[in-house]
Amino acid sequence: MIAASVFTLFALALLAPLVVRVAGRASGWVLALAPLTFCAWYASNLTAIGNGAVITPDAIEWVPQLGLAITFRLDGLALLFALMILGIGTLVVAYAGDALAGHPQLGRFMAFLIAFMASMLGVVVSDNLLLLFIFWELTSITSYLLIGFNNDKEESRRSALQALLVTGLGGLALLAGVVCLGLVAQTFEISEMLERADEITASPWYPAILILVLLGAATKSAQFPFHFWLPNAMAAPAPVSAYLHSSTMVKAGVFLLARLAPVLGATTAWTTTLTILGAATMLYAGVLALRSVTFKRVLAYTTVSALGTMVLLIGTGSPGDGALAAFILAHAIYKGGLFMCAGAIEHVTATKDTRRVTGLLRTMPLTSIALLLGALSMAGIPILFGAPAKELAKKSVTATAHADLLLAAIVASGALFTAAALIVALRPVFARHPHPPNPADPAPTTHKAGAALVGAPLLLGILGLVAGIAPALFIEPLVRASTLATTGAAFEATAKLGAVPLVALKWLIGPSALAVAIGIALYALRTPFGALAERADTVLARIAPPALYQYTLDAALALAGWQTRTLQSGSIGRYIRVTVLGGFVIVGALVWHTDATSAIAPAWEQVKLFDGALIAMIVLAALGAAMVRTRLAAVAALGVAGLGITLVFITFSAPDVAMTQFAVETLTVLVFVLAFYKLPQFRRLTLPSMRIWELTVSLLFGLGMTSLVLIATSESLAPTISTFFSENAAPQAYGRNIVNVILVDFRAADTFGEILVLALSAIGISALLKLRTQNNNDNATEAAQ
Amino acid sequence: MTPLLALSTGVLFATGMYMLLRRSIVKILIGLVLMGHGANLLILTSAGILRGSPPLIPQGEERIADAHADPLPQALILTAIVISFAIVSFACVLVKRAYEIAGTDDTEAMRSSELPIGSDPGGADT
Repeated sequence: MIAASVFTLFALALLAPLVVRVAGRASGWVLALAPLTFCAWYASNLTAIGNGAVITPDAIEWVPQLGLAITFRLDGLALLFALMILGIGTLVVAYAGDALAGHPQLGRFMAFLIAFMASMLGVVVSDNLLLLFIFWELTSITSYLLIGFNNDKEESRRSALQALLVTGLGGLALLAGVVCLGLVAQTFEISEMLERADEITASPWYPAILILVLLGAATKSAQFPFHFWLPNAMAAPAPVSAYLHSSTMVKAGVFLLARLAPVLGATTAWTTTLTILGAATMLYAGVLALRSVTFKRVLAYTTVSALGTMVLLIGTGSPGDGALAAFILAHAIYKGGLFMCAGAIEHVTATKDTRRVTGLLRTMPLTSIALLLGALSMAGIPILFGAPAKELAKKSVTATAHADLLLAAIVASGALFTAAALIVALRPVFARHPHPPNPADPAPTTHKAGAALVGAPLLLGILGLVAGIAPALFIEPLVRASTLATTGAAFEATAKLGAVPLVALKWLIGPSALAVAIGIALYALRTPFGALAERADTVLARIAPPALYQYTLDAALALAGWQTRTLQSGSIGRYIRVTVLGGFVIVGALVWHTDATSAIAPAWEQVKLFDGALIAMIVLAALGAAMVRTRLAAVAALGVAGLGITLVFITFSAPDVAMTQFAVETLTVLVFVLAFYKLPQFRRLTLPSMRIWELTVSLLFGLGMTSLVLIATSESLAPTISTFFSENAAPQAYGRNIVNVILVDFRAADTFGEILVLALSAIGISALLKLRTQNNNDNATEAAQ
Repeated sequence: MTPLLALSTGVLFATGMYMLLRRSIVKILIGLVLMGHGANLLILTSAGILRGSPPLIPQGEERIADAHADPLPQALILTAIVISFAIVSFACVLVKRAYEIAGTDDTEAMRSSELPIGSDPGGADT
């Protein structure tokens, strides 16, 4: 069923354009049925997996030589992600049906979206790391297609390319890491790696593996300093932002780290790196969120910040610590909903700016409720699910060595989240007039938000509320199972997730209330604070990866341009020179390396006077053909050279070849004379300096060919199939001229091909000659007129 | 004898390459023929040469008893000769045609003499 869910979704992606054509406006609802069905199946396993069961279907061999097999494994962590992917996926597909209703490319969009869903599901349920990597890359590609969906906008295309290049480069690093890991562990199955964790962490390759895997995860999950692509990815339509770039794809890196934590995580290097990386991302992106003004950008930076928190929590995770799972789940629910609200608001008001949207409570009451629920959860206000998730995060960091520092960081991030939540929700919902007032504000569109456009975010908002009030319903088993999979011990629900009134009371006197208070203050001071952050970011951007990214991209383009201009100049002579010299260097190096020249043993068999004269004739004729000044002399010299070669064939036992060569040589000379009659005399066209250069190339080429012949005759080669031809010519083919028998019997099909070439050439020649006649006639007619 | 044949192979390839690098398309054609000769000699010589023992089975016998010239390279050369004749003949006419249309036999000049848009590309539309 796991394999079926992944591959059925891929198939559905192919069919999506067709479904959209048939179902029309209802296509979102129709297409959402598939993920809903699979979501129900995955959810039905919740109890079993919550109790520690792991579902492993039979492996399907793919490329056994590489250790690549289609193996799936559904444990707590996979289930947590699978439910998020399919659950939120169901809502997003229905939502996209409304958000892009009537869009001419809706079919294409749905195909990409569902293909992404299938790939992402593949990432989380794969047990084979190579298989996981393939799905991982597929998510990058579908993400590229979705970010660049509005491909008539340059910004979209640039952002899509940026996301692809950053995550693609990280993907390459990850592949190298995966291969190293597989070689050290001697398996690519994660389940088997778990048993060899000690070997792997003790291996000398461990640092390399750690760095490479971290690079892959950090680029995918937009960790500092690779965070810059994610806010730009908001050029995508709202369903994509809600789905890929907040609740699922960007968590792939987090997923990978959580997945490999039991394998790689038992070292200080792991804990320290992840903690620092996560904390830096969390705070840096949180600050940047405050200087942003559009809904999606604020949300994008808080997403980066939340991803940082998750990486931090993987670093600080201890057995039985459910903070990571709870935080991932909480974030997916509220952030998905918030992005959907942003999309709905933009759909109706045609505005992206948080300062221009006002009075939503009146105009869009249901969306306002969803927005408020999401924002409250993001700020960590009880009784929404965001609050216990934050409490667990605090509890997680207090168990570490630098508890105070990390606790302060978490409180700071809570404050930043609160401020961001106020930015997206406070004024837009409650204020009456935009600030600052601007007569140029676009008039609200006449768009009405469809049922899914309002319903999907509202459902997620309510889900966050239900999860906060009654965690035992589905949150606790999920967190328990996931924690068991990542930390090796099951999470035991405490009062933090339990009794609601108690939580609310403790919250009021705890550090979380402090965080919210600071957050409100930050919100009030957001203009000067944002300006400060802006200035710091500008300075950083000059030296930091965004600038480096741009610089590398420009340099790569410049290099490509240079090599095209230099190598692909369009001059035939240049192509030949480059090819010959390049070939000479490569072959020469090979000959030098294998010392093939030492094997040359010139067999000076008796050289008769006649032979010497023959060779002299060929050499002189060839030189003559190249040096004479008139066409006719050149053709004559060419004929002499051909005659010499005919004589060589006679001398060395090839009478048939000699006859053919003689006949063809005569014909060639005739053709040349006839054809060249009208062509111009030879001229000196090349500059002397160029001539010397070309002479060198030619001499090198000739030298190379001579050496090739000498090497070939000195080496004893493997027996050829000639013996077969000699022995079977008479008994089987009833011919005594072996060469003839080869041509017309053993290799008759080749000869047929050869005849075809001759025929084609004849047709070509005839066509070219005819063409001239007609053209001349046309010209004559024109002249007459 | 082999070294001498290797030498003439080299000379044929060198002169052929030199002619291929010329700017006149007529010379390029001559280079093509020279290279074809070189290639045939290369095949013959590389396979090992033998005097006066063609791959012919004497009347009344089933196979050749003694050493004889390798028939396979000869079959290859035969094919090569015919194919290169087809190519050279076609190229001859093509070169003639190109000269008529472009009004020059200089490949560099041909490169830069793109016909202006809308002009008759020399009967290609007929």
